[in-house]
Amino acid sequence: MQDAVLAMLAKEPSHGYGLRARLRQSLGPLGESMNPGQIYVTLSRLEKAGLVVCERADGLPERPDRKVYALTPAGQQRVATWLAEVGWPKPDMAEFHLKLVAAAAAWLADPVELIAAQRRELLRRLREAQQAILAEPAGSKATLLLEGVVLRLQADLRWLEVCERAWSRGGASRADDRVEGV
Amino acid sequence: MSESSAVVQVRDLVKEHGHGESRVRAVDEVDLVVPEGQTLAVMGPSGCGKSTLLHLMGGLERPSRGEVWLAGQRIDGLSERALARMRRRSVGFVFQAFHLVEELSAVENVELPALLAGRSPRQARRRAGALLERVGLTARARHLPSQLSGGQRQRVAIARALANEPLVVLADEPTGNLDSAATLDVLRIFEELRSAGQTLVIVTHDERVAATADRLVSMRDGMFVDDTRLAGFHPRGLGGLIGLEG
Repeated sequence: MQDAVLAMLAKEPSHGYGLRARLRQSLGPLGESMNPGQIYVTLSRLEKAGLVVCERADGLPERPDRKVYALTPAGQQRVATWLAEVGWPKPDMAEFHLKLVAAAAAWLADPVELIAAQRRELLRRLREAQQAILAEPAGSKATLLLEGVVLRLQADLRWLEVCERAWSRGGASRADDRVEGV
Repeated sequence: MSESSAVVQVRDLVKEHGHGESRVRAVDEVDLVVPEGQTLAVMGPSGCGKSTLLHLMGGLERPSRGEVWLAGQRIDGLSERALARMRRRSVGFVFQAFHLVEELSAVENVELPALLAGRSPRQARRRAGALLERVGLTARARHLPSQLSGGQRQRVAIARALANEPLVVLADEPTGNLDSAATLDVLRIFEELRSAGQTLVIVTHDERVAATADRLVSMRDGMFVDDTRLAGFHPRGLGGLIGLEG
């Protein structure tokens, strides 16, 4: 979040509420669940870290002065580093995998049942993301983010399919051992 | 009671292919009730029997055993002729490969089922026009299928499936031949049908298509292994999907 807020300030100095509006717009439907105060918390942390400076702008007579935030040279440097960075958001698969292993080893639960429950949960989330995409006007950039969520969930669901096949084979040693393309 | 509220119901349904040693059960003692207005997705790997089940539900194939009911009428024992009439009037089919009549324009394809069901040419044309508008293809009404993209062809096929205001639309891998943009177009139309209360059964191996349904059953080796209600859960906030909160 901090990096994204910094990068948005790279265009021009901005008020907190202006930044928040831009963030929300970029996030589309996902932005609606953003905590309204989060941007100010983030900005004050960035200020303490010396990455932004906060100036008081001349307000209109009836209004109090509003804070305008701008990047410091250190902030600009950090934005440049962030943009050049190549990362891979780690999917958290190990935990679920270990849950299956532990459940099977201790006869605590049937891994196939755990997989089925996980699958139901992911499908409901997929439905949520899908409905949000369908509710957006076609071609909106903000849906790209939701599209990413959908693809990620699809990948997770496919992985669960692979897990299901392996664990149901290991468990009951099914006669039908055919291989499906995944 | 279940028959009257159910649009489609199957009981102890079995379909076997082949004979003797090579006999396989494509559908193995399946029970299913699809209430009016429900969107049901059937998922499973290829060869799990999901398409066969769909064909049995729509009277395209006959079961080896068991019952198929459509809006309170048992259809598995009907004569070929009565079955064909029932399909024309009560069921709308959507297939992976579209199955449009290549020699006919989009609007002619859409009006065909209405004409076959005995509607006047004028009525049929008016309805076809309205349906093409619904799927966003008014401008392509005079085009032949060969002049349309895959996504557009499938939208024509969906309009055709709706021509006789069917009790149920049965779709077999409706997005199997489509890219992701065209898939979204089809999903938008399904979503609209869903909110209009159309009963819809979609067979698919695409999780994304399945996720538009109210309910999802999963099939393996001819049997249901899971039956999940997807709709009606409180949204946990979309932000939770990407870890925006906190």
